[in-house]
Amino acid sequence: MASQRSNGWSENVRLSLIGITLFIGCWYLAVFFEITPRRFLPAPHEVLFQFARLIQEPFTGFTLGQHLLSSFRRFLNGFLLAIAIGIPLGLLMALSRGVQLLVTPVFESVRFVAPIAWVPFAALWFGTGIGGPTLVIFMGAFPPVLINTYRGAIYVDRKYIEAAKMLGAGPIRLMTQVLFPASLPSIVAGLRISAGLGWQSLVGAELIVASSGVGYMMVKGQASIQTQIVMAGMIAIGLVGLLIDILLRRVERRFNRYQEVH
Amino acid sequence: MPSFVRYLYPPVFLLGTLLAWFAVSEWWQWISPTRFPTPTQTAEAFRQILIQGYGNGRLHQHIVQSVLLVSLSFTISAALGIALGIFMGASRKIEALVNPVFLTLRPIPPLAWIPLAIVWLGLENSAKVMVIFVAAFVPSVINTFTGIRSLEVPQREAARMLGIRGRAYYFEVLIPAAMPMIFTGMRLSLQASWTTLVASELVGAMLGLGSILNQAAQDINPPMILVGMIFVALCGWLMTYGLGRLERLAIPWRPL
Repeated sequence: MASQRSNGWSENVRLSLIGITLFIGCWYLAVFFEITPRRFLPAPHEVLFQFARLIQEPFTGFTLGQHLLSSFRRFLNGFLLAIAIGIPLGLLMALSRGVQLLVTPVFESVRFVAPIAWVPFAALWFGTGIGGPTLVIFMGAFPPVLINTYRGAIYVDRKYIEAAKMLGAGPIRLMTQVLFPASLPSIVAGLRISAGLGWQSLVGAELIVASSGVGYMMVKGQASIQTQIVMAGMIAIGLVGLLIDILLRRVERRFNRYQEVH
Repeated sequence: MPSFVRYLYPPVFLLGTLLAWFAVSEWWQWISPTRFPTPTQTAEAFRQILIQGYGNGRLHQHIVQSVLLVSLSFTISAALGIALGIFMGASRKIEALVNPVFLTLRPIPPLAWIPLAIVWLGLENSAKVMVIFVAAFVPSVINTFTGIRSLEVPQREAARMLGIRGRAYYFEVLIPAAMPMIFTGMRLSLQASWTTLVASELVGAMLGLGSILNQAAQDINPPMILVGMIFVALCGWLMTYGLGRLERLAIPWRPL
C-alpha cells in the first residue's frame, strides 16, 4: 500500500529532479531517435535559443516583446471592461430584485456560449485590431467577476444594510460604502479566475483573428512549420499568464488578511 | 414572490426578448441586418442548414461530429486524469515525481496548444483529441488529487485499523471520499473540452459546430453565425446537464 508519510525535504527535491530529468530526457531521446522529423520536434535547447532570438530579432514584423505588449494591451482592455461592468452590475443585482430578475436569464443563457464562439461576431462588429479581440476577452473574463461580486454582496450581513439605510444612505452610497467593501474578498477571488479565463480567451482570439500578438506569431510559425517558434510562443504565453496569476494571488492574500483583522 | 409568478417568469421573459428582437431589428430597424440578423433571417438560416446543409454538412452531421469527438476525448482524458490524481493523492512519492512537470506545463492555456497540434497532426480529428486531452486532463488531476488529500487522518487511520488494505482501501475509502471533488474536476474538464474543441474547429476543420462559425464568418453571414452560436451553447448546456444527472446517480449521499 502506498505510504502516506510525507517525504523528507531532500527526498522531495531528489524526486522532483528525477521527474524533470525524465521529462526532458524523454524529449531529447525522441529528438535523438528522430521519431518525427527535426522540424516537427526541435530539441529543448533549440526552443530556448529560439526564445532568446525572438526577443532580439523581429518575426512577422515585431520582436517577442512587442508581440507580448500588444497581446497584453488587448488583455488589459477586455479585463478592465469586465471589471468596470461586472462589479457595479453585480452590486446592483444584489441590491435590487428587479435588476436581478432582468439580468439573470440573459446572463445564464449567454454564459453557455463558449467565449471563443464570439470571435466571428467580434470581428464583424469591431474588426480584428483591438476591438474584436477585446470583446472575446471580455466574454471570457466577465462571468466570474459578475458571479463573485453578486455572491459576495448577497451574503453581506443584512444588519449592515439596514443600519446604513436607517442612517440615510441612498442606493449609491449603500453600494460603494457598504456592499463593495464587504464583498471585496469574494470580488478579488473572482478577478483571479477572470484573469485566467481572459488570458486564455485572448490566446484563442489571436489564433483566429489578429494581425499582431503572441497568438498571431504562433499561427505564423505554425503555417511555416517552424515548431520552435510555436513552442517559444507557448512558453511566453505561459510565463505571462503565470505572472498575472502570481500578482493577483498577492492581492488576494492581502485582502484576506484585511478581512481577518476586522 | 408567489410561486406561479416564478414559473411564469422564464417563458414571459423569453417572449419579451423575442418581441424586443423583432422590434429593434425588423420593425424599427435600429440595428442594421448586416451587423445583427433579424429573426426571419435567422429562421431562414436555420432552415437552410437543417435541410440543405452548410459548410460540408447538414446540422445533425455537424452536431454529431462535435459531440462525439468531445465525449470520446473527454472520457479518455478524464479517466486518465482521475487515475493519475488518485495515485498522486495516495502516494507522496508519485506526487513529488510528477508535480514539477505538471507545474511547468500548467500555465500554458489549452488553446495555446492548437498551433502545435496542427503542426504535428494537421486538421484531423487526432489533433482535436490532443488539444482536448491537454484541456481536460489538468482539472481532473488537480481536483481528484485535492479530493483524495481531503480525507482526514483519523478516517485514514480508522480504515487502516479495521484492516482495509490494497484494492479495498482505494475503492472503498479513498475514491468514495474524493467523489464530490472528482465530479467538480470532471465538470471543469468538460467545460474546458467544449471550449477547446470549438476553438480548434474554428481554427480549422471540415465538419463540426466550430467550422460552421468559421465558414459563416468568412462568408460574412451573420444569421448563420448566430445559428452556430445558439447550437454551441445548447450542446454545451446539454452536456453539463447530463453530467449533473450522472453526478446525482454516482453520489446519492450528497446533499444538493
